[in-house]
Amino acid sequence: MLSSVQTPRLLRFQSFSLKCLHTHPTTTPPPPHSQILTIRKSLLSREISAVDLAGTFLNRLRNTEPHLKSFLYVSDVVLKEAEEIDRKIAEDEELGPLAGVLVGVKDNICTSDMPSTAGSKILENYRPPFDATAVGKMKKCGAIVIGKTNMDEFGMGSTTEGSGYQVTANPWDLSRVPGGSSGGSAAAVSARQCMVSLGSDTGGSVRQPASFCGVVGLKPTYGRVSRYGLVAYASSLDVIGCFGSSVADAGILLHAISGHDKFDATSSKKEVPDFASQFTARDQLDSKPLKGLRVGLIRETIQDGVDPDVISSIRGAASHLEELGCTVTEVSLPSFSLGLPAYYILASSESSSNLSRYDGIRYGKQVFADELNSLYGESRAGGLGSEVKMRILMGTYALSAGYYDAYYKRAQQVRTLVRESFRTALDENDILISPAAPSAAYKIGEKKNDPLSMYAGDIMTVNVNLAGLPALVLPCGFVDSSSVVLPVGVQMISAAFEEEKLLKVGHIFEQTLQGCSFIPPLVADELAC
Amino acid sequence: MRSAQTQTATEEKEQTKLKVSTQSQPKAVDKFLKDFEAVIGIETHVQLSTLTKAFCSCPYNYGSPPNTSVCPVCMGLPGALPVLNSKVIECAVRVGLALNCKLSLNSKFDRKQYFYPDLPKGYQISQFDIPIASGGYLDVDLPLEYGGGHRKFGITRVDLNRAGVPLLEIVSEPDMRTGIEAAEYAAELQRLVRYLGVGNGNMQEGSLRCDVNISVRPIGQLEFGTKVEIKNLNSFSSMSRAIDYEISRQVELHNQGQIDQIVQETRLWEEGAQKTVTMRKKEGLADYRYFPEPDLPGVTLTEEYVNSIRESLPELPEDKRRRYEKMGLSMQDVLFLANDINIADFFDTTTAGGADIKLAANWIMGDIAAYMKNEKVTINEIKLTPQELGELIASIKDETISGKIGKEILFELIAKGGTVKGLIKDKDLVQIVDTAEIEKMVDKVIADSPKQLEQYRGGKTKLQGYFAGQVMKESKGKANPKLLNKILLEKLNAKN
Repeated sequence: MLSSVQTPRLLRFQSFSLKCLHTHPTTTPPPPHSQILTIRKSLLSREISAVDLAGTFLNRLRNTEPHLKSFLYVSDVVLKEAEEIDRKIAEDEELGPLAGVLVGVKDNICTSDMPSTAGSKILENYRPPFDATAVGKMKKCGAIVIGKTNMDEFGMGSTTEGSGYQVTANPWDLSRVPGGSSGGSAAAVSARQCMVSLGSDTGGSVRQPASFCGVVGLKPTYGRVSRYGLVAYASSLDVIGCFGSSVADAGILLHAISGHDKFDATSSKKEVPDFASQFTARDQLDSKPLKGLRVGLIRETIQDGVDPDVISSIRGAASHLEELGCTVTEVSLPSFSLGLPAYYILASSESSSNLSRYDGIRYGKQVFADELNSLYGESRAGGLGSEVKMRILMGTYALSAGYYDAYYKRAQQVRTLVRESFRTALDENDILISPAAPSAAYKIGEKKNDPLSMYAGDIMTVNVNLAGLPALVLPCGFVDSSSVVLPVGVQMISAAFEEEKLLKVGHIFEQTLQGCSFIPPLVADELAC
Repeated sequence: MRSAQTQTATEEKEQTKLKVSTQSQPKAVDKFLKDFEAVIGIETHVQLSTLTKAFCSCPYNYGSPPNTSVCPVCMGLPGALPVLNSKVIECAVRVGLALNCKLSLNSKFDRKQYFYPDLPKGYQISQFDIPIASGGYLDVDLPLEYGGGHRKFGITRVDLNRAGVPLLEIVSEPDMRTGIEAAEYAAELQRLVRYLGVGNGNMQEGSLRCDVNISVRPIGQLEFGTKVEIKNLNSFSSMSRAIDYEISRQVELHNQGQIDQIVQETRLWEEGAQKTVTMRKKEGLADYRYFPEPDLPGVTLTEEYVNSIRESLPELPEDKRRRYEKMGLSMQDVLFLANDINIADFFDTTTAGGADIKLAANWIMGDIAAYMKNEKVTINEIKLTPQELGELIASIKDETISGKIGKEILFELIAKGGTVKGLIKDKDLVQIVDTAEIEKMVDKVIADSPKQLEQYRGGKTKLQGYFAGQVMKESKGKANPKLLNKILLEKLNAKN
């Protein structure tokens, strides 16, 4: 039924293929492979040592970091930890499922042996006395944390320009933003500075940068992953998510960090399936591997205000799903446009409360003052960035007596509506699809002085957080923008706790997508060798 | 209940029993109150004696050095999350049921936000619009020295009030009219908390804090006057005095036509000066920007859970008092015995073993209470067991020992322990009821006291006491006094 839109998609792919000719001798690049499974095989067969592997990544990190600035801190014990993995291999000890895997961790996720500033000056040099549950679980599986990635301060932003420390560049075009707030984590995986990374997603902070950087981004169901150790932005919306260069890697990482945690009362006791067992190799897929899957394309996400090239890519993705056997229909989410204002009210309200603790008494820079209220005020004024201050002010306003009913309570009502409209749509469809952002990556500075336009960019993702649903973003095509190609991601949404389904569909989608390689030019040459 | 007993055992100074020196009970108040009526409501904060804090697993102990029982959660470190201690809910449900409240099967937590140096997160986790329990009442028996009487005071709400150290808030209806009523309400709450074993209720440690809201109005007026809050009340007696002071202050202002001087404010009770002083004036309502706590799921209670707690409730003070009344005890005995859960337990165990009710009450309220007072110990610290008190009472009743011997060995039992039977045997204390044996001793005493005998027979019959004492001495206190006197009289008067 969507055959009329196949032409632009083919055009896009053709134009990309032509460009690819410059970098790749062959015209058909291979589909993405799981780095985690590949290196595990190599380590176990002793083709390569964990130290060599770590050395390769550290070298690439050193070479690319001056251009990208995706890390706020790089661990100085990576090689030591890799040596320990090699010792285990030499002594035939059991290896965890993430042994030797180099992980970037967003700076708002606590690590006991590294600074954790959440991108804010107010937490400069703060080292937490504990690991976030997700970090602890990864380490137990043998993962090596390579460093802490840059982000918009406290997760408030969509460009990573809001970091209190540095601006991260998009590996596809250094003059563009990587998206945000998990821009550092997305850029790091995109440029192969690490194999996988952790981000956090309050309103799209994993999915939008995944789309901008051409990597896989997975936002799990609220409650699937413990938030213990995630520096709170908006507690009822925050989730820790995964970045990978393949769907398999994102799934394997999610499996490692999921599960109930007695330190997070909102974490779910639902059983965690082994997502990786769902993956079928490309050569074993039948011609219509997704036969019978009902896919709903959200009508409100392919309308005015969305870049036509992005719409083309998404329609192309829909066609690809049809080729795989899915039935694709357009569905309407009537409350869709209400999600954005509701999100900004709820997230700001919760953040105004969550950020009260940064009062200059315990951490960060304390500005001395004669009087207690001045100490609070001046410490916060100096330590917090302008976007953060703006959201604290908005949230404080929305929760104030006399305004609460008009703003916070209203927004909660909208949240219920959003949840219900998703429920209806997901009763009729197995998954929903939409763009992950209304455009591809834009220029650094382009929206810096236009917060409303930046907020509007979150329209594709915030509803999913309001409903607490899982969503997977994976690269599905490219757009041309003034002589550079930029990746575009498609967002797949399912009912709560159905990550398994998303990963299965995403894996088949990515393995069968012909003619696309999502390795950015910055490192493509090196990786081709 | 054991844990509560040990807690109450550690404190000594504070007496639940209301003691207000009658002289400071200002007669003036009565005079003032001829035309005015005070309206008093009380907000009580009860610190729960859970083993750990409300939202993390740190132990909580009063008086432990600063920052020794802390973790990322209670320090409010970035990334740390609260997890509710289920024991806190259990305590709240126990108190809610004991106060005859309606329980909210679905309640939730809210954040109350303000900046303060002792508030690491900038908000406290509290319950705002849906308290866990509401709409109950508390039965109170007023002390006899104030004329006694029974009162029923309304309970507006019971809620889980604060993070860190778990705190339960109990808000009364504005049902009290005098300092005594208010103090007795608070004393009854303390009793309840201790009976339920949810806290130690110690006012001096701040484990039970009462903030009093008080206003006065001309009798007959329906609307309330401007209310004033009083804090810093460290005992029931200061509570009573502070209220009476505040009533006279407000009535005085009424009488002087200076009603506008009564402003909504918080006043502190100054124990030294015996008066209330302004602490802070309320400048409009503080905006705490409450909103539902997103880090904690709602609190859902099942009927089954509530019923299991209802069934596990101990006999409550009010029920105990009514039962003691029915047992035939005087109101004075009832109030004394039911005042302290440990004393009540002691009494109940003693009588459950078959001991005479009135005698058991007398021993406990008399010699045992006197000993505890002198030695500054609680009933749990004395060596005497309820079983042995029962044995003692039985031994006196069946005349195995005399009352006098009973008293002697009571103190030994209290101080050193042991059994009544063992002491009687070891010390050979069995009462002599053998007539021949007593006659023998009487004969000996009479024979040894010819002079006194002559005087007695000469009309100085008062000397009977002398002879009785000598015989008792001869019997080492074991002679049955009735029998002794009977035989003695016979013998003294025989040759008349």
